[in-house]
Amino acid sequence: MALLEISNVTRRYGGLAAVDDVSFAVEAGEFFTLLGPSGCGKTTLLRMIAGFEDPDAGRILLDGKDLAGIPPEKRPVHTVFQSYALFPHMSVAENIAFPLKMARRPAEDIHRLTRETLDQVHLSDKRDHYPHELSGGQKQRVALARGLVNKPRLLLLDEPLGALDAKLRERMQLELIALQRDVGVTFVFVTHAQQEALALSHRIAVMNEGRIEQLDEPDRIYGFPRNRFVADFIGSINLLEAEVAASTPAHLLLRTPGLGEVAAPPALDVPAGARGALALRPEQIRIAARGAPHELKNHFHGTVEDYLYLGDVTVYKVRLDNGQTLEALLANSAPGRAKFFETGDPVSIAWRHDAGRFLHD
Amino acid sequence: MTDAARASQERRLTRWLVSAPPSLFLTAFFLLPFLIVVAASFRYPGEFGGLAPLFPLHGQPGKDSGLTLETYRFFFGDFTYTEIFLKSFAVAGLTTLICIVMAYPLAWLIARSPKKRRDLLVLLVILPFASNFLIRVYAWIIILGPLNLLYTSFAVIAGMVYVHLPFMVLPLYTNLEKHDPALLEAAQDLGANGWTRFWRITFPLSLPGIFSGSALVFIPVLGMFAIPELLGGTGDILIGNLIKEQFLDNRDWPLGSTLSILLTLAVLALAGLSAWAGRGKGRGA
Repeated sequence: MALLEISNVTRRYGGLAAVDDVSFAVEAGEFFTLLGPSGCGKTTLLRMIAGFEDPDAGRILLDGKDLAGIPPEKRPVHTVFQSYALFPHMSVAENIAFPLKMARRPAEDIHRLTRETLDQVHLSDKRDHYPHELSGGQKQRVALARGLVNKPRLLLLDEPLGALDAKLRERMQLELIALQRDVGVTFVFVTHAQQEALALSHRIAVMNEGRIEQLDEPDRIYGFPRNRFVADFIGSINLLEAEVAASTPAHLLLRTPGLGEVAAPPALDVPAGARGALALRPEQIRIAARGAPHELKNHFHGTVEDYLYLGDVTVYKVRLDNGQTLEALLANSAPGRAKFFETGDPVSIAWRHDAGRFLHD
Repeated sequence: MTDAARASQERRLTRWLVSAPPSLFLTAFFLLPFLIVVAASFRYPGEFGGLAPLFPLHGQPGKDSGLTLETYRFFFGDFTYTEIFLKSFAVAGLTTLICIVMAYPLAWLIARSPKKRRDLLVLLVILPFASNFLIRVYAWIIILGPLNLLYTSFAVIAGMVYVHLPFMVLPLYTNLEKHDPALLEAAQDLGANGWTRFWRITFPLSLPGIFSGSALVFIPVLGMFAIPELLGGTGDILIGNLIKEQFLDNRDWPLGSTLSILLTLAVLALAGLSAWAGRGKGRGA
């Protein structure tokens, strides 16, 4: 039995469905992420699990028990808020001890668990400090410790890393993974940052307009997006409009306006004549000087229109002879590369016949 | 002169121009009169009011000239005065307490209303100030008279609470309005029920508001003489009445000055005490 089961949950504001007939299950010990743009319903869903809002339809089950009618303070579910919501009049230790006191744990338990949790988040030397004396990362860790100290069945995290700068964010991501592994508490994490979702999660539910577009493991979400929304939302992507010319168990043959025939990985459920788009990640597209030897079937000429130097990689925007533009990514450590391409350089681009994914409209 | 030096001189000039008028005003109309009162408390009353001359006139061996501790001896020699002091503090304390209890729900309600309604409610709270203070107190005479409650301690407290309630509501509202609703959600999420959320989160965070409201109620009530005079009975004389009497009726300026100074000292001591007791509280709120 799944730890958390969301079953046909709907939540409407006025006539608008913020969460629209959503169902999924979270297993015990999982790091589960709800990912989507702002307004996609992920926070509403989280607040319904915490008990701050009630579903208009559907059921939320925890350990098989319906949570309907149970107020937030009675649910074995704790939340790490986006703003941390640390109690400003309590010290770090008092903040962390708060849920233990609310649960009426004996004094020696409160002492021991507070001390252990402080150790776990490396804040033992800050136990008597007040929240306003802490840095962003330290506040974040206090909020985490406070959410975890009473060992909830489920910890909900609402964009907890949103307020941190990039460097700190990365470090906190690593700490978060380690912490979740150590305490074994099930995490339901909400974010709009796709990179964060990919880095942290066991599974990701990509949400849009109140619905789940795709629920999969991170590499499946990134490598095999199910539709245009997921493909576009996760990472950057090239979408080549195409029509299926032939569909065989070995490959798909696509006809793209202006480029001619393109080979793509097989998709047996897509019949000939189907319309859609071929989704290609920039790192799947090779870029080379024109005339360089090539062995790939999908191979076209183009001109560098623009490029973006990002340090470790450079993204080239290439206009193909048919007018379509593609983004290609080149690692700047690539061996044998003598120079960057400049704007206006004629180049050739190519990708493997088994790269990309056809998105059937 | 370098640009930096000129800029710093200009800054100094600006600071001086901004701070000079209020400083001058306070020196002329607060500090100097206060010092005069301090000096007056050590002198003898004049024969027809005012103060007796500091030096014997025309070489006459004036019996009541020079400086004296007579008024202080008088005050501490007669327990009646101390009793009135204590009673005034009790009345001020009780008024403050009743104001807290009555203002808290009101302030909370206003802070929780939609933004548009809030301004209207705050306006209603301060609306009584639009009519004259004495007229409002006379209104209480009309209300309490038929109820046979006029000229009682109850009437005094009722009048005091009525007049000072807005001074408690406003700072409390200002404080409660700033509370982050996420804190209450967090407390609830972590297992606190409604009652616990109030006592553990809302109340401690509102202490600064309670303190400033209490100061705004307690201190004026302590010096108030109009309300006890209009609504209270003969046994309801407070320090305010006592001081007023010395200056206007008994014409004993030195005693009036002494009472004023002792009142000021008592209030300062109390303020210092509460600052000491409240140190470190309401941090970051």
